[in-house]
Amino acid sequence: MTIRVLEPGLLTTVQDRGRWGSQSLGVPVAGPMDDFSHQLANLAVGNPAECATLEVTLAGPTLEFRDDIRFAVTGAEFELYLDDVVVPMGVACPARLGSVLRFGPRGAGARAYIGVAGGIDVPPVLGSRSTDLASGFGGLGGRRLQAGDRLVLGPMARGTARRVAPIEPLPLPDGGARVRTIATPLTEDDGARCGEAARAGLMTTQFTVAADSNRMGYRLSGPPLALADETSMLSAATPCGTVQVPPSGHPILLMADRQTTGGYPRIATVISADLPLVGQLAPGDWIRFEACDRGSAVGALIAQQQRLMQFTEWRTS
Amino acid sequence: MAGDAAVTVSFPARIDADVSIRVVAVADAVRAAGYPGVRDVVPTYHAVTVYMDPLRTDLGRLWTGLEDAAAAPLDATAASRNIVVPVVYGGDGGPDLCAVARFAGVSPERVIELHTGKRYRVYMLGFLAGFPYMGAVDSRIAIPRRNTPRTGVAAGSVGIAGEQTGVYPASAPGGWHVIGRATVEPFDPSREPPCPWRPGDLVTFESVREVEGS
Repeated sequence: MTIRVLEPGLLTTVQDRGRWGSQSLGVPVAGPMDDFSHQLANLAVGNPAECATLEVTLAGPTLEFRDDIRFAVTGAEFELYLDDVVVPMGVACPARLGSVLRFGPRGAGARAYIGVAGGIDVPPVLGSRSTDLASGFGGLGGRRLQAGDRLVLGPMARGTARRVAPIEPLPLPDGGARVRTIATPLTEDDGARCGEAARAGLMTTQFTVAADSNRMGYRLSGPPLALADETSMLSAATPCGTVQVPPSGHPILLMADRQTTGGYPRIATVISADLPLVGQLAPGDWIRFEACDRGSAVGALIAQQQRLMQFTEWRTS
Repeated sequence: MAGDAAVTVSFPARIDADVSIRVVAVADAVRAAGYPGVRDVVPTYHAVTVYMDPLRTDLGRLWTGLEDAAAAPLDATAASRNIVVPVVYGGDGGPDLCAVARFAGVSPERVIELHTGKRYRVYMLGFLAGFPYMGAVDSRIAIPRRNTPRTGVAAGSVGIAGEQTGVYPASAPGGWHVIGRATVEPFDPSREPPCPWRPGDLVTFESVREVEGS
């Protein structure tokens, strides 16, 4: 069971749910920028959510299926063609040996996920199939896909459904997004350096995702935030969704490929339920931050998870 | 707290072996407790961050466990591992040895003596997979980062940045002053363990060849 890469797209990588458990050795987590759409792509083809998918960035690849296989594309809106016939997003589609999947123009969102029955079967590295571009391992040789690559698929899960559920995807950015954050600082150090002025500035400013943003993080342009204290601080951990403020005052929103530690003051953290939305932002999009408490954050995450679980229940019934 | 998927317990913010011993002990205790939902435990200079799945973790229990571990008496018998790292100082592998000597106002040979004369604690790993932040180097050779980072620092390079010293586990851009090349295997995720050190280890450097061309 294989897929051949005819055109790689702009930045297409193999991702599972991330390389957890090795951050104390400095190994980044990586994983999908939009974990919800990643899971949905898997569930739509009958895979466990943990299988590896392909993450597509801004411009999609062209793939040739070398077997009869089911696939599904979720996340950012693309026009999709299977042998030049339009196919829908978000549902499992059958492909035949020799079928070619092509991505057309993109609508809302930045990243799409291609789930394939059985998942992309690259060798796990430190327990994960995710591509770590900076470290140069995981996924397919630690790099983005190239023309001519062959992707091997894993064994298909048994008893998968033939029908598919009409899945309601998460909302995609509409030129930008409002995202909820928890403002509690990681350590007292962070809180002291950020101060009230910067915290207020973060919540009242409309930022723009700068062009030099990537899977490691988004640079946010806008009026600079004034730190209360610019003296350097000790490096500490950097959770996904952390907004850190370097001395320039221009925040950086840390994403999937972030380094495991960092020494800039952390002002706030995007809630888990809104990370998929952030992962769908493209350079040039606006972003605004809102305050959120932990209870609401966990509630929003539960609601998302229930959506995925309803889908699996429907599918297997 | 740090968002909804991580909790952090922190100690006085300084580069200090006693703080680090406490940090490593708390990290070990959390790992050993095996709390459901915990994804990763990251010890740093003065903090331990525990990553968890908010839907599977009993946060109250985890937090109590962290506080108990932070207050527990330290195990006086817990010994650090000692690691000796052979280094070829100077020459092509240590292009900044002479710059450090000028900074310190001493000979390159003396820089090597000062760098090999201390035992360094691995406070944390970060920046690159397998990059150890170690300290503290003798204040005489504690040269700040280069004004202009190099676009390529070779794997194995031994660098100094202020009172920190470290070994590049892979070729990468970097701003540390490079004084030698260690003969250690680069970070290899297929090996167990993938790198020689972990937080809490004690490292000494050993000069294995005369300095050339300085």
